[in-house]
Order: sequence, then C-alpha cells, then structure tokens
Amino acid sequence: MTTKNVAHHGSGRARRGLSKATIYGILTLYTLLAIGPIALIVMNSFKTRRAIFDSPFSLPNSETFSLKGYETVWDRADFPRYFFNSFTVTVLAVGLVVVFGAAAAYALAEYRFTGNTFLTLFLAVGVMIPIRLGTVSILKLMVSLHLVNTLWALILVYTAMGIPLAVFILAQFFRQVPRDLKDAARIDGAGEYRVFALALPLVRPGLAAVAVFTMLPVWNDLWFPLILAPGESTKTVTLGVQVFLGQFVSDWQAVLAALTLAAIPILLLYVIFSKQMLSGITEGAVK
Amino acid sequence: MVYPLLDSLRLSLYSDEGAFVGLANLRELLPGGSLSSSFWNALGNNLVFFAFHFIVQNPVGLLLAVLLTQHLLKRGKGTYRTLIFSPTVLSVVIVGFIWQLILSPLWGVVSTPLLGLTSTALPTLSLMSVWQFVGIPMMFFYAVLVGIPEDLIEAARVDGANGWKIFWKIIFPLLLPMLGIISIITYIANLNAFDLIYSVQGALAGPEFSTDIMGTLFYRSFFGFQLQSGSTAMGATVATAMFVVILLGVLVYLFGWAKRVETYEL
Repeated sequence: MTTKNVAHHGSGRARRGLSKATIYGILTLYTLLAIGPIALIVMNSFKTRRAIFDSPFSLPNSETFSLKGYETVWDRADFPRYFFNSFTVTVLAVGLVVVFGAAAAYALAEYRFTGNTFLTLFLAVGVMIPIRLGTVSILKLMVSLHLVNTLWALILVYTAMGIPLAVFILAQFFRQVPRDLKDAARIDGAGEYRVFALALPLVRPGLAAVAVFTMLPVWNDLWFPLILAPGESTKTVTLGVQVFLGQFVSDWQAVLAALTLAAIPILLLYVIFSKQMLSGITEGAVK
Repeated sequence: MVYPLLDSLRLSLYSDEGAFVGLANLRELLPGGSLSSSFWNALGNNLVFFAFHFIVQNPVGLLLAVLLTQHLLKRGKGTYRTLIFSPTVLSVVIVGFIWQLILSPLWGVVSTPLLGLTSTALPTLSLMSVWQFVGIPMMFFYAVLVGIPEDLIEAARVDGANGWKIFWKIIFPLLLPMLGIISIITYIANLNAFDLIYSVQGALAGPEFSTDIMGTLFYRSFFGFQLQSGSTAMGATVATAMFVVILLGVLVYLFGWAKRVETYEL
C-alpha cells in the first residue's frame, strides 16, 4: 500500500515534468540575472577607481571604500533640484490625472448621454496612440503659451497623457459599485456630487492602480523633459542623469554614483508598494 | 490630447514656410526621396527591435510565469516576482547606462565591444530592453494562469493527458488572447522607443545608424543634428509615418488576430 502510494506520487510528479529543484533553480538564476547588474552598479559606486576596475565583483571593504563619486556628483550636478522637479511634476500630474480621470470615468460609467459611446471610443484611441507623435504641435503650443522650460509644460502634457488610461481603468471599477447603494443614497436625498463622493472610496484599488501606472512613465520619461524643459532649473532626474552621464562618461566613480542615486529611490518605492502594484497589474490584466 | 495629434498630421502637409504642399513631404520618405534611406533603415531596425522582443520576451515571460504558478513552489513566490519585475520600474536611461558600463570593454566583463559593432549593436540593445521589460509579459501571463480553474487541469489528468499535452491543449489556447494583447502593447511601445537608443548611442544612433529607429529619426528630423538641419514639417511627417505604421499594426492585431483567436469563458 505504502509503496503503491509512493509510486503513484512519484509518477504524478514525473508527469508534471518539473522537479522542485528545477523550479527553484531556474527562478533563482533568472532573479540573479535581473538584479545582478543593478547590484553590480550599486556595489561599485562605493569603491575606489582602482578597485572598480581591478575587482568589479567584490564588495567594497575598508581598503577599497570610497565616496569620491558621490562627491563629484554633489559638486557638479544639482541633484536635490532634479529630485524636487521630478517630484513636483509627478505628484501634480498624478493628482490631476486621478481627479479628472475619476470624475470622467464616473460620468461615463454612471450616466447615459449623447456622445457617451463616442467619448469612450475617443479615449480608446487615446490609449492606443502615443502622445509623442504630437510632439511637433505640443512644442509649438507650449512656445505660444510661453510655457517652454517650465514645469507646467510637463505637468500638462503628462496629465493629458495619463487621462485616457485612467478613465478606462476607473470606469471599469465604477461599473462594479452596486447600483442599490447609489440609488439608496439618492432616495435619501443625496445630490449627484454626494453620490460620487460615496462611490469614490469603493474604487480605491482602482485609484491606486491608476496612480502607479501614471507615476512610473512620468518619473522615467526622457522625451518630454528633453524637448519641453531642458533648462538647468527645470531638469528632471531622468534628464539630469542623462546629461550628467553624457558629460562624465570617463569618470566611472561619478557615473556609478549618479546611476545609484537615480535608481535607488524608485527601487525603494517599488519594493514598498510592490504588492499593491503587482496585484494591480494582475487584476488589470484579467479585466 | 487629440489636438496635437491632428495638428501634427496637418503640419505634415505644409512646408516649413507654411505653404500647403500636400503629400510632397511624405514622398520624401518613399524611394527616391531625400529621407528615404534613413526612413527605411529606421523602420527595418525598428521591426528587428520588435522581433527580438516578440521572440525572446514572450517565451521567457511565459516560462517564468509557469514556474511561478507551480504548486511545488511553496516559499518565496512573492520575492521572486518582486525581484524579477524590478528592472521594469527603472528609467530606460538608467538601464541603458547600467548595461553600457557592464558591456564596456574598459571593464573587461565582456571582451567584444558589442555596442560598437554594426552587426551586434542592435541585437544587444534589443536584448537590454527585453531584460528590462520581461516582467510585464510575466505578470500578464501569470494573471491568466492563476485564473485557470484547477478542475480543468485535474479533469484532463484523469483522462490521461500528460503535462506536456495539458500545456499545449488546454493552457496554451487560454493564453493566446493575452499573447495578442502583450504583443500589440509591445509593438506600440517599441515603435515609440527613443530613450534607450538616445542615451546609449546618442541621437545619431551609431555605429553608422545601425541602431537608428523611428524615435531617433523623428528626433533628428525635427530638431536637426550636426549637419542635418531641423524641420518642423519633416518632424511632423515622420510622426505621421509612425502613426501609419502603428495603425497598421493595430489593424493587423484587431482583424488578423483578435477576430480569429477564440476567447474562452472560464
């Protein structure tokens, strides 16, 4: 009986074709491939120039430890300002996208009005076609509004860029808010704004997903900062790093330090919110 | 947001001086035109760039997703997922420079200047981008895989199907609609790519334009670079061409794929 059971168990596993060791082995190997390069950069940014070239794969020790790269970055580039710019642009753009996106999504999901289908299709086109293709006109527009080299230029473009997808995701969430709940509120004499305010907390997971999906491309974008706001006072982190790295190619210590400075904040944020973010993707993908 | 797009389409019909020239700008991109060779080179490179994503990213993403949903994997599922996805959240600029340093012959990790040879530069850049974004197909496939009811697999197993057969006959058809969605998203993103090439190879997309794609060509024709002078009209024209190429891809997806692939209700 026991042998039979074992045999059965064994064959079942063989039929699946993958052993536990293979699964863990491949996943671990790929994980190393994914984070190895990042770790290599971070690790070497704390080493002396010599050690970076002589022993790139060893951790910094008391002999090879050096912060010279960070000193160069600090002296030659205004990283606090770049961070402040990126932060301002991202927070305001995400805020505007969430506010306008939620209002528009609620209207599309809740009311039937002429043009509802048209608006939905219109937004679908907005999701499909990248706003980058309109760069020529955007630049002309920003020049005539005197917004070139201001953070507002970026905030406005990113808001426009983020709204279609936000409305799409949020409309999906608003449709799932029970009708009875909204009708009960209306019977109790709540105005339409009040009903909207009631529905809002129920779509919180949707709002979080939208915030993350809007945040990353905005923070990481190089194209629009390069074209609309390349001035020193309006540089974002991504552009700042790009320019800095271009000028200091041969100073490896500074390059490694700049890369680490740019990568660590976003990686930290990601690790903290990874659960919400990845489940946001999984849910978004199934819908 | 639709105004800049339409206005760009309109601008592509005018010269820089504001005179209406119809399709004359667009003709510059066709054989015999002044931008023709750059345009077809960039388009070809861009399609190769996409082909690498399609061929490498999907199987690797699928393999990882399948491994992550195995029952034998008891501990560390979340950690693996988080770590494998982490390059995706980084800026393309950072990823470009990280790999540029690692592949630099100065460092000696690899001895051939992969980014400096016309034959290897484009595949290398494509794989860098695949490395960064493989987390996306992984998560999308993962979402579908966890949604497949256990009974379905169990029933097939009782009927005597082996793991291989179960995968190809049951799981794979259920993944096909998602494969289409991932591919069209990747296609649109790839045709828009710019940051990676610009930060690693510069606006001239060297060596000898071997890594020039639509994004870098758009940038150069709009702003000009070195000997070439910038032109609003030509910038708008290249953008219009990109729009057409993306639209063609979307149409192929909608009518060639989405219509034919069956979506099963679970």
